[in-house]
Amino acid sequence: MALDSKIPHGPISDKWTDYKDHINLVNPANKRNLDIIIVGTGLAGGSAAATLAEQGYNVKAFCFQDSPRRAHSIAAQGGINAAKNYKGDGDSVYRLFYDTVKGGDYRAREANVHRLAEVSANIIDQCVAQGVPLAREYGGLLDNRSFGGTLVSRTFYAQGQTGQQLLLGAYSAMNRQIGRGKVKMYNRHEMLDIVIVNGKARGIIARNLITGEIERHSAHAVVVGSGGYGNVFFLSTNAMGSNATAAWKIHKKGAFFANPCYTQIHPTCIPVSGDHQSKLTLMSESLRNDGRIWVPAKQEDAKAIREGKKKATDLSEAERDYFLERRYPAFGNLVPRDVASRAAKERCDAGFGVNKTGEAVYLDFAAAINRYGTEEAFVKGLDANDKALVTKLGAEIVKSKYGNLFQMYYKIVDEDPYTTPMMIYPAVHYTMGGTWVDYNLMTTIPGCFSIGESNFSDHGANRLGASALMQGLADGYFVLPYTIGDYLAPDIKMGEISTDLPEFVAAEKEVKDQIDRFINNKGTHSVDYFHKKLGKIMWDKVGMARNAKGLSEAIEEIAALREEFYKDVKVPGSANEFNQELEKATRVADFLELGELFAKDALHRNESCGGHFREEYQTEEGEALRDDENFAYVAAWEYKGKPSDAVLHKEPLVYENIKLVQRSYK
Amino acid sequence: MKLTLKIWRQKNAQDKGGIVDYPIDGIEPDMSFLEMLDVLNEQLINKGEEPVAFDHDCREGICGMCSLFINGEAHGPDRGVTTCQLHMRMFKDGDTIFIEPFRAKAFPVIKDLVVDRSSFDRIQHAGGFISVNTSGNTIDANTIPINKHDADKSFDAAACIGCGACVATCKNSSAMLFVAAKVSQYALLPQGKIEAVDRVLNMVHQMDHEGFGNCTNTGACEVECPKGISLENIARMNREYLSASLQG
Amino acid sequence: MAQSALLNASILKKVAMALSGIFLITFLALHVSLNFISIISKDVFNEASHFMGYNPLIQYVMQPVLAIGVIFHFVMGFVLTAQNTAARPIAYAKYNGAANASWSSRNMIISGLVILAFLGLHFYDFWFPEVNYKYIAGVAPDATRYYDELVHKFHDPIRTGIYCVSFVLLGFHLWHGFGSSLQSMGMHNKYSRFLSKVGYGFAVVVPALFVIIALFHHFNN
Repeated sequence: MALDSKIPHGPISDKWTDYKDHINLVNPANKRNLDIIIVGTGLAGGSAAATLAEQGYNVKAFCFQDSPRRAHSIAAQGGINAAKNYKGDGDSVYRLFYDTVKGGDYRAREANVHRLAEVSANIIDQCVAQGVPLAREYGGLLDNRSFGGTLVSRTFYAQGQTGQQLLLGAYSAMNRQIGRGKVKMYNRHEMLDIVIVNGKARGIIARNLITGEIERHSAHAVVVGSGGYGNVFFLSTNAMGSNATAAWKIHKKGAFFANPCYTQIHPTCIPVSGDHQSKLTLMSESLRNDGRIWVPAKQEDAKAIREGKKKATDLSEAERDYFLERRYPAFGNLVPRDVASRAAKERCDAGFGVNKTGEAVYLDFAAAINRYGTEEAFVKGLDANDKALVTKLGAEIVKSKYGNLFQMYYKIVDEDPYTTPMMIYPAVHYTMGGTWVDYNLMTTIPGCFSIGESNFSDHGANRLGASALMQGLADGYFVLPYTIGDYLAPDIKMGEISTDLPEFVAAEKEVKDQIDRFINNKGTHSVDYFHKKLGKIMWDKVGMARNAKGLSEAIEEIAALREEFYKDVKVPGSANEFNQELEKATRVADFLELGELFAKDALHRNESCGGHFREEYQTEEGEALRDDENFAYVAAWEYKGKPSDAVLHKEPLVYENIKLVQRSYK
Repeated sequence: MKLTLKIWRQKNAQDKGGIVDYPIDGIEPDMSFLEMLDVLNEQLINKGEEPVAFDHDCREGICGMCSLFINGEAHGPDRGVTTCQLHMRMFKDGDTIFIEPFRAKAFPVIKDLVVDRSSFDRIQHAGGFISVNTSGNTIDANTIPINKHDADKSFDAAACIGCGACVATCKNSSAMLFVAAKVSQYALLPQGKIEAVDRVLNMVHQMDHEGFGNCTNTGACEVECPKGISLENIARMNREYLSASLQG
Repeated sequence: MAQSALLNASILKKVAMALSGIFLITFLALHVSLNFISIISKDVFNEASHFMGYNPLIQYVMQPVLAIGVIFHFVMGFVLTAQNTAARPIAYAKYNGAANASWSSRNMIISGLVILAFLGLHFYDFWFPEVNYKYIAGVAPDATRYYDELVHKFHDPIRTGIYCVSFVLLGFHLWHGFGSSLQSMGMHNKYSRFLSKVGYGFAVVVPALFVIIALFHHFNN
C-alpha cells in the first residue's frame, strides 16, 4: 500500500485556504444524522468534541479518567505558541513555521506545520473568548514570554499552569455541549478495540471501568486523541494512566505507526530517588534562563558528594564543570532539550553524577541570586558589598519568578533550592512519533482519525517548547472539524450503525478473551513488575543514546519479556468489577508490543536527529549527525501479526520552502 | 519506617465496607504517600489479596484525580499539596494512619478509596462555560483589554483542580468553594459577565440538587484546598447570586 | 433558561440566617446596654425597664418582631444542621476538624442549643412572670419593681453560674457568627475584615458585660 499524504497542491501559504474552499460540506440538518466517537478528552479530543458538537454532529466522547478535565494536557506548564506578533518583534506565520520545522530537525511535514502556524493565532482568540485567564500586562493586553529554539517572544501563558487553563477552556466548551445533550460523555471508560465494517472505522469496543462491562459503540467516524506513549519507559513525566492502548489497537487493525523512535527527553526533571519511584516530575524549561548546570570537575568530588561526605556548596568555582557553557559557548545553558539532555547523560555516565544514584546534575541559582541581588541593591541604594543582603534581595527576585517551582521541588526533595543547587536529570516527556495521518489527520484506516500527541504529524524528530498545546488545540478546534466533514459527506443518508453487526460481535469477543486470559492467568508477578522491567530495557537501550547492538538486544529482550508477561502475570480480582490491575494489564500488554516496534524503528534509522540519537552517527564533537540523503522520510510501520514482522512504508519528506541545514549551538 | 495503616475497604457501591488494619514496614521518608500505597498493593498482590483501589493520575498535583482523607484531613496533614505530593517524611516511625475516602452524599464510594465526583461535572454542565462557538472568526484577543488585577484574580479562581477536598473537609459537605471558584473565574472577566445571571443561578441550583450541604463559613475548605482558593470567591458568589435572584 | 431562585436555595438560606443573626446582634447590644444601667443606677434602670415594659411600640411591634427573629434563627439553624448532617451519611472514622477550623465555627449548633436552653431559663425567670404580672394577673404598673426582681434572681449561685456559662457560649457563637454573617452576605474586603475585628470585640465585650452584671448583682447583694 502506497502512502498518500493528500497534501493539496499550490503554494504553501494557500494550501489550507484552497483546501477549505473546495472540500465537501455536510449541511446542518444532515449533521444531526452523523455520529462521531472521540477517544480521549485532552486538548485535542476535548476541543474536537466541543467543536463537532457545536456544528451539530452527535458526539460520544470517552475518557478513562473520572472527568474529561483530568486528561494529562492539564500538566503542561510553560505556554502556548502563536504567531500573533503582539510584541512587534518580527514574528509571522512563516517564522513560526520555519522555527517548528527547524526545531524538529527537518523531519516534519511542511504542509501540516504551515497549517499549524496559520491557525495558531485563532487559538488565542478562541481561548480568550472562552474565558481562559491568560496572563496580562498592566495595560490589560496579553503578555508573552520567550521559549527555547526561537528568536521571538510568541508564547502565551497562564502562570505555570497554561495546560490546565487551556484544557479547562476546552472542557467548558464541552460542558456546554454535554448540557445540550450534543456530547454524550463516557467517563471512566477505556477503548479496547476499534470496529471496522467494510474497511471503514465504524465503532469501538469500550470497557466501563466501574462495572467492568464491555460495551459496543457505533459511529460514522472514530477519532483517537489519546496522547503519547511515553509510559513505555515506565518512568516519565506522563500521568500514571497515560497509555497507548487506543493508538496501538488501531495500529493492529490497520493504522500505520510512524516514527515511534522520536521521543523527547526533557533535561530538567527531578531525579529518581529510589526503586519505589512511580513517576517523574518536570521542572519547567524556563528555569534554564537563570540556572547554571554543572557537575564536579573531579571524579573524587562527585564520589564524595554521592557518599554524603561533601556538599555542592563545598566546591569552589574552580572545582566545578559548567559543562553546557564549556561545550556550547554560544547557547550555554539554553541549548535545545535534546542537546542538554545528552550532555547531562554523558557526564553522569563518565562518573560525575551527583545524587545517591549517580544520575543527577546540579542546576544552580547562586549566580542568578547574586546578580539579581546586586542589581536590586544598586536600585535601592543599599550596600552591594553586603553579601547577606545581596543574597536576600536576590532570593526574593528569584522567588517572584519561579516560586511555585521551587516550592514543588522542596516538597518532593526536601532541600531548599535557594541555598543549595537543585538536582536534575533528563526524563521522558513527550513522544513526537505516533499514528501516521494524512493531511486530513486521517489514519490509514478510512474513517479513523488521530489528533494531538497521538499522531505523528507536526513536530518531526524534536518538539519545541510550547508547541504541544498549540498542536492539540489546532487539530481539535480548527483542522479536524473541516477534514472530518469532507470524509463524512457521503455518509449522510446512512442512518445509525447497528452494534449487532458481526464485526462488533467479533471485536467484542477478542476483547473479552484477552481480559479473561489475564484474569485466569494466575501468574506470580504483578503487572508493575513487568512494566518496570520493560521500562528499564527501554531506558538503558532505547533511551537517550542508542546503538545497533543495544537496540538489537532490546528487541529480543522485549519479545522475551512479553512472552514471560503472558505466562506469568498475575491480575487479582475479576473482570466484572472496578479493577485497576486489570486496566494496567491491558495497557502494559500494548506497551510490550509498542516498545519492540520502537526499538526496531530506532535500529533502522541509521542517523541521529532530534530526539533520536544513535551513537554511531555523531560528529567528532559528539553532536547528532543527520543523514538527509537516506533518511529524509517518515517511517510508517504496518502491523503484520507481531512487531518484529512490521513492514516499513516510507513517506518522503519534500522540503520546498525550507533549506535543510545542520543545527549548531556552539 | 514502620507504620500501621487503617484503610477503608469496600468492595463496591452496595457493600457496607469497613476499616481494615495493615501493618507495613520498610517505608522511606522520601516516598510519596501514593508510592507507599503502591508498596502496600504490591505486597497484597503477592500475598494473593486484593490491592487497595485509589484514584490517582498525574502524580504532580494538577489533575485533581487523587483524593484520600488522611488522618482526618483531606490530602493529609501537609498544606498546599494534593495527596500525590504528600511525602512520608510528614509522618513518624510507628505512626498509625487512617486512610478514608472523601465522604459526602454527593460523592458516593465506587470501591475502597475511589469515589464518584461526577456531581462536580454536572454542576459545570449547568453553566460552567461561556457560550461561544469555535469559528475562527472570534474577535482578536487583544480587542478587549482586561485589567491585570481582575485577570489575575480570575486566574487564581481558575486554578481550582476540582479534586473535592473542599467538600471532603467541610463538616457540612458543602461544595461552595468549588462552585464559587467557577462562578468567580467568569464573573471577573468581561466575556463572562454577559451570562453571569443565568450561570450563577443554574450552577447553584444544580449544586443544591446534588445533595451537598450548606456553607457555614468555617473556612476549613480554604485551609485544605491544595490550590489555596480563597473564601473571597464564596463571598463573590453570594453577591452574584443575590443580585441574580433579584434580576432573574 | 435560568433556574428560578427558589426560597429554599442554599445561598438564600444562609443569607436569611445572616440577616436574622445581625438583627439579634443589634438586640443584644440594646439588651446589654439596658442591663448595664443596673450597675450604675437603680433608678435609671427602673425607669428604662418600665419604659420598655409599657411602651406600645416596643411591646406590640418590636417584641413580636424579635420573637419571629429568634424563632426563625433557631428553626433555620435546625433545618440547616439537619440538611448538613444528611449531606454526609457515613461519618469519617477520624476527622481532625481542629486542624483547619475554629471550635466556635464548627460548633454553632452546640453554642446555639446552649443559648436556646438558656433562653428557656431566662423566659422562666423574667418573661413569663412579666407576662403573668401584666396580662394574666393584671397587677397595676409599678415603676420601681424591676431592679429588685433582677437582684433577687441572682441570689442563687447555681442560676448565676448557669447564666455565666451560657454567656461564654454566647461569646463563642458571636465570635464566629458576626464575621460569618458578613461573608454570607457577600462582604469580603478590607471593610469586612475590619468589621470582623469589631465583631470579635463584640463577641468578647458583650458576653463579658453580661457576666459582669450577673456577678455584680450576685456578690453585691
